[in-house]
Amino acid sequence: MIPEIGQFALSLALAVALAQAILPLAGAARGDAAWMAIARPAARVQFALLALAFACLTYSFVANDFSVAYVAEHSNTSLPLVYRITGVWGGHEGSMLLWTTLLAAWMFAVTLFSGHLPEDMVARVLGVMGIVSAGFLAFILFTSDPFTRLLPAPPNGRDLNPLLQDPGMVAHPPMLYMGYVGFSVAFAFAIAALLSGRLDAAWARWSRPWTLVAWMFLTLGIALGSAWAYYVLGWGGWWFWDPVENASFMPWLVGTALIHSLAVTEKRGSFRSWTVLLAICAFALSLLGTFLVRSGVLTSVHAFAVDPRRGVFILILFAALVGSSLVLYAARTARIGLGGSFDVVSRESSLLANNVLLTVAAASVLLGTLYPLALDALGAGKISVGPPYFDAVFVPLMAPAVFLMGVGPLARWKRASLPELAVLLRWALAVSVACGVLLPLVLGRWSPMIGLGLALAVWVVATSVVTLRERLRHASSAASAWARLRSTPRAWYGMFLAHLGIAVFIVGVTMDKGYESQKDVRMQAGDTVELSGYTFRMIGISKVQGPNFTATQAQIEITRGGRPVANLYPQRRIYTVQQMPMTDAAINAGLFRHLYVTLGDPLNATTWIVRVQVRPFVSWIWLGCLVMAIGGLLSATDRRYRVAAAIRRAGAAEIAVAQAAR
Amino acid sequence: MSRLLVLLAMLLVSAVAWAKEAPPAAADPAIEARMLALASQLRCLVCQNESLAASNADLAADLREEIREMMRQGKSDKQIVAFLVARYGDFVLYKPPLMASTVLLWFGPLLLLLAGGYALFRRIRRRSGAPGPELSAAERARAARLLESPGDPETP
Repeated sequence: MIPEIGQFALSLALAVALAQAILPLAGAARGDAAWMAIARPAARVQFALLALAFACLTYSFVANDFSVAYVAEHSNTSLPLVYRITGVWGGHEGSMLLWTTLLAAWMFAVTLFSGHLPEDMVARVLGVMGIVSAGFLAFILFTSDPFTRLLPAPPNGRDLNPLLQDPGMVAHPPMLYMGYVGFSVAFAFAIAALLSGRLDAAWARWSRPWTLVAWMFLTLGIALGSAWAYYVLGWGGWWFWDPVENASFMPWLVGTALIHSLAVTEKRGSFRSWTVLLAICAFALSLLGTFLVRSGVLTSVHAFAVDPRRGVFILILFAALVGSSLVLYAARTARIGLGGSFDVVSRESSLLANNVLLTVAAASVLLGTLYPLALDALGAGKISVGPPYFDAVFVPLMAPAVFLMGVGPLARWKRASLPELAVLLRWALAVSVACGVLLPLVLGRWSPMIGLGLALAVWVVATSVVTLRERLRHASSAASAWARLRSTPRAWYGMFLAHLGIAVFIVGVTMDKGYESQKDVRMQAGDTVELSGYTFRMIGISKVQGPNFTATQAQIEITRGGRPVANLYPQRRIYTVQQMPMTDAAINAGLFRHLYVTLGDPLNATTWIVRVQVRPFVSWIWLGCLVMAIGGLLSATDRRYRVAAAIRRAGAAEIAVAQAAR
Repeated sequence: MSRLLVLLAMLLVSAVAWAKEAPPAAADPAIEARMLALASQLRCLVCQNESLAASNADLAADLREEIREMMRQGKSDKQIVAFLVARYGDFVLYKPPLMASTVLLWFGPLLLLLAGGYALFRRIRRRSGAPGPELSAAERARAARLLESPGDPETP
């Protein structure tokens, strides 16, 4: 009964989504207030229906209802409760339901926080989101129904993939999808602005906080996925340039370009058409990522043959959404104004140059991800594009971007002077070059990549210090400096933090890649191995019984200079239902290093292969992402997005009048 | 009490006496390091997307052993890669070779950057020195009002 309710809720949601897609947009076009007013209640009802459907599927998982085919495929009675709940998004159908439910959640949020927007804008934004929602609901109902019954019901389910039975499963997919789907709001605002012809600073101001929040979720989602891969895949890699990872990274790169471009559009009115294009692209890449991951085209080209309907449906959906928005963009781009002018040396130029670098980086990732598929489809041979390619392409593009990141916040809007910038930045430049040359020597090994990485990280920190000092330059006393800091908008601190987050991230990557050390040894009880000053001693091996697995567990005692540091318990698990072996690495995490121990294969009854690693600064990789995300959140909650809604409404109306008159 | 301490001390000493430095897992660590460096640039042919170095598949283990063997025979990395490509095709390489069908892959990013840089250059040159948009009377009046009213300059 419960699954049928869920399915019924989905069908109703599709009907509501269609109404939401058609009526408010038509109403906005005709100036019909009654039709426009449908947008908000429709979005709220849709959210309630999807939340109900999601709850029904969750209930089926929790209650072990194996008469639902999807539950039977992805759960088992021996699965712990938390993984029965997260199992909801452990497969294709549930992932799509999560995607659509989160889309409805974003729509619901728009209905709550849009009181200050003109009614036709709200109607158009929600109408566009309704179109997206209708497309995905149709996709779910016609090709990927999670509520399909399996009768007679099997006595037990086939269990969740052991790789997914991990705390990472709780947070990573929802965060990532929140980011993916969140760009639909920026997309909807862009399309709404194109439809209404009002692409102005007010539009940029409205869509900025939404974009920042989506970007924050995406940043966290990617970081969580990377951290998960780091500790669960057993060998300590944290980024593999896997197509599925690339699919999430491309929208991040374009989204990063978008939040910078939106800032210029809001402050200076420039880059309007470029900003709109980025908003369309960010969401298009989110859709493309969903298509690539969900159609099965990536893991195997033959997945199309298994269920061609899915791949074709989502490809048509993708082409229709992106194609129509690009056509609209092309039709309206001539009407988009230019905004304020600016010089070759100005903050606008440096932001635009950074935008070019970020989008070229995203395009290169796209090229590397799709190239093998395209060659294969053309019958021109099978090739692989992996880490060596992406590293070779990515570093040369990102290094100048990080350099510009230091210059941009110091350059004046409209016109900056090169000599003035040079004077401001000479010390920062000197310090970072000196650090790039000397620090690796102090640390014990010099290579160009280590030098470059450390120089860039120091550059970002040093230029941030200069930026902060410039902000306080005219403060005569400590009290006035404090007053200046307090009156500095939160968005500025967000930018400051996010840039420092990049520096933290670069330190993590550089130090880990440059100075990690590892040993593979044969160990039996009592044996020791030395690595980077740490002594790892195997105390013994024992059998452990988990809730749905059995494990062989080693106890490794780590000391440094005779003082105890930690005891680690790496495991080799066999998950009983699928008889799948898994390595469970043990990590002693510190701010400046991780000690990472993996239990490998047994050589005989008492001797095992053990891999020990010392990973300096590796946690800074994710710490940097966290700092960036906090920066995004700070910016999104800036005062000027929160208060004076009434003033803003009046201001927006005035701008609209002024533009109409022009 | 003191007898207990002595017993403990003896136990500790004996534990130290049993302990030995664990031997490396590989018979020849130098070859192992070289093999892993090479295998991390190669693709496991039966996995979804894993390098030959990281894969747990049987085929990957066999290939790793084959690479070790070739290294022991004194073959260079180049010869080994050539052998693997001859047997499995370019699919085994994570770094695709530069050939007619991959020209666009390798030079695409550079072309994109040049195109982007050119567009950027043209745009900035066109925009620099261009007169700003003229303000309408209504906008001028609003600007004057804003300039007169004290308050946060960030909030128009």
